Amino acid sequence: METGKQHAILFDLTRCSGCGECVAACMKKQGFEGDYEQVTDMSATSYTYVREVLAPDDEEFYCRNLCRHCVDPTCASVCPVTAIVKTAEGPVVYDADKCMGCRYCMTACPFNVPRYEWDSANPQVRKCDMCHDLLAKGEATACSEECPNEATVCGPRDELIADARQRFEEEPESYHPHIYGEHEIGGTNVMFISPFPAEQLLGFVDKLGNEPLPQNTWRVLSKIPTIAVFAGATMGALWWLTGRRDEVRAHEAARKARRKNGKPQHNGQSQSEEV
Amino acid sequence: MSHATQRAPLPFWRGMFYLLLATGLVLTVIRFTQGLGSVTNLSDRYPWGLWVGFDLLCGVGLAAGGFVITAVVYIFHIERLRPIVRPAIVTAFLGYLLVCVALLFDIGRPWNIWHPLILHNPHSVMFEVAWCVMLYSTVLALEFSGMVFEKVKWKRAAKVQKFLSVPLVIAGVILSTLHQSSLGTLYLVMPGKLHELWYTPMLPLLFFVSAVSIGLAMVIVESKLSARSLGHGLELPILRTVGRALAGVLGLYGFLRVYDLVDRGMLGEAFSFSYESSLFLVEFFLGVVLPVVLLSVRRIRMSERGLYGTSLLAVLGFITHRLNVSLTGFEQAQGGHYIPAWPEVLITLMFIALGFAAFRWIALHFPVYPETQEPTEEPVHHVPATPTTSVRAPWERTHIDLPNRFSRVD
Repeated sequence: METGKQHAILFDLTRCSGCGECVAACMKKQGFEGDYEQVTDMSATSYTYVREVLAPDDEEFYCRNLCRHCVDPTCASVCPVTAIVKTAEGPVVYDADKCMGCRYCMTACPFNVPRYEWDSANPQVRKCDMCHDLLAKGEATACSEECPNEATVCGPRDELIADARQRFEEEPESYHPHIYGEHEIGGTNVMFISPFPAEQLLGFVDKLGNEPLPQNTWRVLSKIPTIAVFAGATMGALWWLTGRRDEVRAHEAARKARRKNGKPQHNGQSQSEEV
Repeated sequence: MSHATQRAPLPFWRGMFYLLLATGLVLTVIRFTQGLGSVTNLSDRYPWGLWVGFDLLCGVGLAAGGFVITAVVYIFHIERLRPIVRPAIVTAFLGYLLVCVALLFDIGRPWNIWHPLILHNPHSVMFEVAWCVMLYSTVLALEFSGMVFEKVKWKRAAKVQKFLSVPLVIAGVILSTLHQSSLGTLYLVMPGKLHELWYTPMLPLLFFVSAVSIGLAMVIVESKLSARSLGHGLELPILRTVGRALAGVLGLYGFLRVYDLVDRGMLGEAFSFSYESSLFLVEFFLGVVLPVVLLSVRRIRMSERGLYGTSLLAVLGFITHRLNVSLTGFEQAQGGHYIPAWPEVLITLMFIALGFAAFRWIALHFPVYPETQEPTEEPVHHVPATPTTSVRAPWERTHIDLPNRFSRVD
């Protein structure tokens, strides 16, 4: 499925009242116990949270955080055993049966999203799966379904981007006209719009740029066959050359010794000899 | 050198060994029944800790002597260093075994550790590292098997093993080149997280060159330790040759490191005396610049104690670099600090103790050092000048000890 048609989520800071219904809905859908009002971070038992943020003019807003379901996800690219994959429909999902627990996905995620069951002897990586089971049935994600203000909405990525642009046009005074996640690190399927510039707030630090992070490692990994062949050929050549050098020297030494003991040659010059 | 004396280990170290083993076993039970959180300070913010930073990154690097020394002797035909080959192979083999055991402790679902065999993601550096470490451990096992065959006098197997030695060494060099550098590549995917003093596109190259240098330094350190524990040291001329090579490779590493910082305009940052800058300065000046300067002093370079001291400095500098890349370099982006919990440290110390004990046991029971051979056997460290069998691999050549540019004695 092309990126534009994939399932995506758009979160609008100007519409969020901070009620936490999305957190409650998420926990209910995932079967997590606990009080949604106490959730202040993503954890193995809560995949999203809402926090108060201040605009540069000190006005209060609320902002969600959750897995961004990147278009080219770093976590999926680093997973050695394909336990995390980007589905064709958009969600980035995890399969515990494949996972060996190296936690490279957690170290690599630029948004620090994946969480771990540190106190389990049979631990899993935990993160938002975009309710991919509900999406497959044609329903909305739990968080967007329960949001009373349509601050969180889900739909095809292209349509959400068009929707965001329309909001910029209709209420230019309410928005900083930038869709966070449209292009950053190659694009994400969870996007944000905000009344003020919010790169730092959302973890889109400047140095990440618009190029997907997996390209940093692929540039090197793709050279491996070349490096292997080159290293092998070099080693083979050096082995032959140095061995041959020693053989020639040994013969030279033997020849000289023979000459010394036997009859002296006319000019005494040493010549290379076939070995 | 004297003949093998089966010395008892020093009582203090024997006591320490059993103490570490006992506490380590208790902690092992806790780790596998209560989860990683029960024995580590790992968290969602610091999902990789001491066991990745030290046991994996440093462990694999410290075992690099295996591929460096086998390449020098088998590929470059520098016969003078042949007495080091077997100790280096044993060290590397044990090192990789311990890394694999440490990984079983570190990964959350160790019963799935074999999954890279059936589930392939060629875009993952970890996938490549997993395969290279698996294959190279096999190569090391085959290289070590020569000593076992010789011990049990299984002559035909020993002959086959010797027949395969050069291809094995070449395979070992290729695999090591790939995964030693890939340990650096692991971090290339985290430009926003790893501090810029350590994040550089040159990480793979820096990891490879530093692994070569530290493989050499470890040969000198191990020689000193074996001399104390087993009565087998290496002859001073050999150590001097290794020391000269160490100075060269460490110098190259230092040059690359500075070149990279200048190239990326990070020199100001390096001398800003911030938290990160201080860590960098310790790592670089104590671990790279000082050893190179010391090795350029003739009196130090020529003495056993001088070589040992500078090698130890280089090893400590190397460990500091790898821990900065894997742990402290993340503190600015991640916030807070990661300090390993005492069970993490104790389990790591248990691995180190097991490594020493295993090396000692192997050195006492297998022909690792020339002295431990039975006198009736032919010298194993030199391929016979005239092959005694009709089976002769194309890479088995006539070896004659000859002076060459590496065997110059100052």
